[in-house]
Amino acid sequence: MNSHQDIRDAVAKLCTRFPNNYWRALDSKRGYPDAFIKVLNDEGYLSVLIPEEYGGAGLGLEAAGVVLEEIARSGGNPAAFHAQMYTMGTLLKHGSARQKQYYLPKIAAGELRLQAFGVTEPAAGTDTLSIRTSAKRQGDKYLVNGQKVWISRAEHSDLLLLLARTSPQEAVQRKTDGLSVFLVDIRQAVGHGLTIRPIQTMMNHHTTELFFDNLEIAADCLVGEEGKGFRYILDGMNAERILIAYECIGDCKFFIDRATEYARERVVFGRSIGQNQGIQFPLARAYAQMRAAELMTNRAASLFDAGEACAEQANIAKLLASEVAWMAADTCIQTYGGCGMAKEYDIERKFRETRLYQVAPISTNLILSYIGEHVLHLPRSF
Amino acid sequence: MKILVAVKRVVDYNVKIRVKADQTGVDTANVKMSMNPFDEIAVEEAIRIKEAGKAEEVVVVSLGVAQCQETIRYALALGADRGILVQSDDELQPLAVAKLLKFVVDRENPDLVILGKQAIDDDSNQTGQMLAALLAWSQATFASKVVLGEGDASVTREIDGGLETIKIGLPAVITTDLRLNEPRYAKLPNIMKAKKKPLEVIPAAETGVDIASRLVTLKVTEPPQREAGIKVGSVTELLDKLRNEAKVI
Ligand SMILES: Cc1cc2nc3c(=O)[nH]c(=O)nc-3n(C[C@H](O)[C@H](O)[C@H](O)COP(=O)(O)OP(=O)(O)OC[C@H]3O[C@@H](n4cnc5c(N)ncnc54)[C@H](O)[C@@H]3O)c2cc1C
Ligand SMILES: Cc1cc2nc3c(=O)[nH]c(=O)nc-3n(C[C@H](O)[C@H](O)[C@H](O)COP(=O)(O)OP(=O)(O)OC[C@H]3O[C@@H](n4cnc5c(N)ncnc54)[C@H](O)[C@@H]3O)c2cc1C
Repeated sequence: MNSHQDIRDAVAKLCTRFPNNYWRALDSKRGYPDAFIKVLNDEGYLSVLIPEEYGGAGLGLEAAGVVLEEIARSGGNPAAFHAQMYTMGTLLKHGSARQKQYYLPKIAAGELRLQAFGVTEPAAGTDTLSIRTSAKRQGDKYLVNGQKVWISRAEHSDLLLLLARTSPQEAVQRKTDGLSVFLVDIRQAVGHGLTIRPIQTMMNHHTTELFFDNLEIAADCLVGEEGKGFRYILDGMNAERILIAYECIGDCKFFIDRATEYARERVVFGRSIGQNQGIQFPLARAYAQMRAAELMTNRAASLFDAGEACAEQANIAKLLASEVAWMAADTCIQTYGGCGMAKEYDIERKFRETRLYQVAPISTNLILSYIGEHVLHLPRSF
Repeated sequence: MKILVAVKRVVDYNVKIRVKADQTGVDTANVKMSMNPFDEIAVEEAIRIKEAGKAEEVVVVSLGVAQCQETIRYALALGADRGILVQSDDELQPLAVAKLLKFVVDRENPDLVILGKQAIDDDSNQTGQMLAALLAWSQATFASKVVLGEGDASVTREIDGGLETIKIGLPAVITTDLRLNEPRYAKLPNIMKAKKKPLEVIPAAETGVDIASRLVTLKVTEPPQREAGIKVGSVTELLDKLRNEAKVI
């Protein structure tokens, strides 16, 4: 039995209640999968990483990854889930007892949505250390000013995990100091110093720009210690990469399943196109590469869950999985011929969706530079 | 009251079945397997009876290969209390299954046995009836409603002519139809709890039951390809084709 086969089967079964036309309709009207989230939450899958004492399942990253993979594999889009999973580590590891007691049971019960994560800025994408959004301590409050971009789901989440500068770059000893993490209640903030502006993208991703203009947040929104925020975020990076890799594996399986099925059935020149090696070989190649990426992803997750170092595996898993997902998507479109372009087959939608993962949450070049510098010990380039 | 529910591991209903090239059966290698949907309805009914305070224990039993334990675990995640696998790598035909179930019934002494009316792989629709006969118990097949009384059950059955309601004495065998209930999904915390519930494995050889096959499968083939239909322009044309081409009127 595969690890977590039971969870896989159960999620796959739930996903059958949300067939591809559900996601297609959301895609065309840029809707949010509220109904899907509610069901997965009610059945306990959204709180997979939340410890049992706070009402969650208390499982590890591998189980969380399996949930995402199965959603993607079914033809759905797991984005609303992954955000909560990426951010969870920071809250679990660095949140105060009070924060955990207050927020986690509500998140586990689905009363509070923690689905937004605010790091990127117009002048600081890949280079997180140069973010400028500031939070200045004033008595028992912080005053937040600045701008974020590409902050997904801010309109659909109750809470935002925000990275902001609490000391200017010149005033800190180490480059990595001076950033802090806050848990911001978006519902209270909107109209009181926070403005959200949606950005249209090529897929249904509900991403936005955030403008902070003297937003007051209570001092106890601070997560962990002031100035240590960058380290907390870095801590969560391996988890994020592993989870993204699982999503990409799910996408690969969607594309390969759909393409092989179509190739078996579509008859051209009097025989199924799958009989032609010109169709078979790209699918076989995508499958082989997917399996390799899957092994690396599982390896990274089990190291992570065992509390062992896993940065190399997490980065490689994300690189391989996001690239093969794209290759599988392209192969699938090609196999489908004209139908690959037609909305009603869902291939073009998933094709658009899976392209994101080579750019966000971290782009391929940065993964390669991690491997170059930290695994192969080549000279630092930036 | 104790309820015994039988669950079968079958090819998932979403899978497109492929016949093996040598025509000996259906290809199950690397194919997703899951619980027979009618058995899911049976499990759901048993759990609902227990939740209504009318039963103390729901025991699920499966017969077949070691992997049937996954099917049993799923039933445990849905809310059954414990599981029994009668393990055998042999092909088990309905009579063998009914005999093995009788063996389990004799050990467990349930008041009620619920099974699916048929399994979606072989569609035999025999096991429940054979089990009732072997036990000499009352049976109510194709149930779309079950109301338990004191020592009896009133069961609505889906029959060709509509719905029929009968009263049967307990102990009894009930087989489920599609509209009896809508099965729940397994909640993640319950999947975790199910791992700790007891699951006993009994090798079929130790039961002393004769499970030898009475039937031999000669070959399994794909159903013939359906020819594409046509559109007719008018009622007159339709009548003409029915009369002169199809020769059915
Ligand atoms: C749909 C979508 C949703 C997103 N959601 C979120 C979110 O919820 N929260 C959030 O904080 N962010 C989010 N992001 C932002 C995402 O994390 C960034 O887009 C990503 O980190 C890349 O940053 P950038 O867009 O500024 O690209 P840039 O940093 O401008 O990079 C552009 C290109 O240059 C390359 N590059 C940069 N530096 C180097 C170098 N030194 N060597 C080689 N190549 C280099 C990059 O690899 C990239 O290919 C989202 C983005 C998108 C598109
Ligand atoms: C946006 C769009 C606009 C279009 N506009 C027009 C138009 O204006 N007029 C018009 O007439 N048509 C038009 N087409 C149709 C287009 O020409 C066909 O989609 C294209 O020729 C492929 O045919 P198909 O979609 O039936 O794919 P299929 O023939 O089903 O092919 C599916 C896949 O199988 C492969 N394949 C098939 N046979 C073999 C073989 N023997 N060996 C190896 N591989 C094989 C193909 O290469 C392809 O990758 C349009 C299509 C699209 C998507």
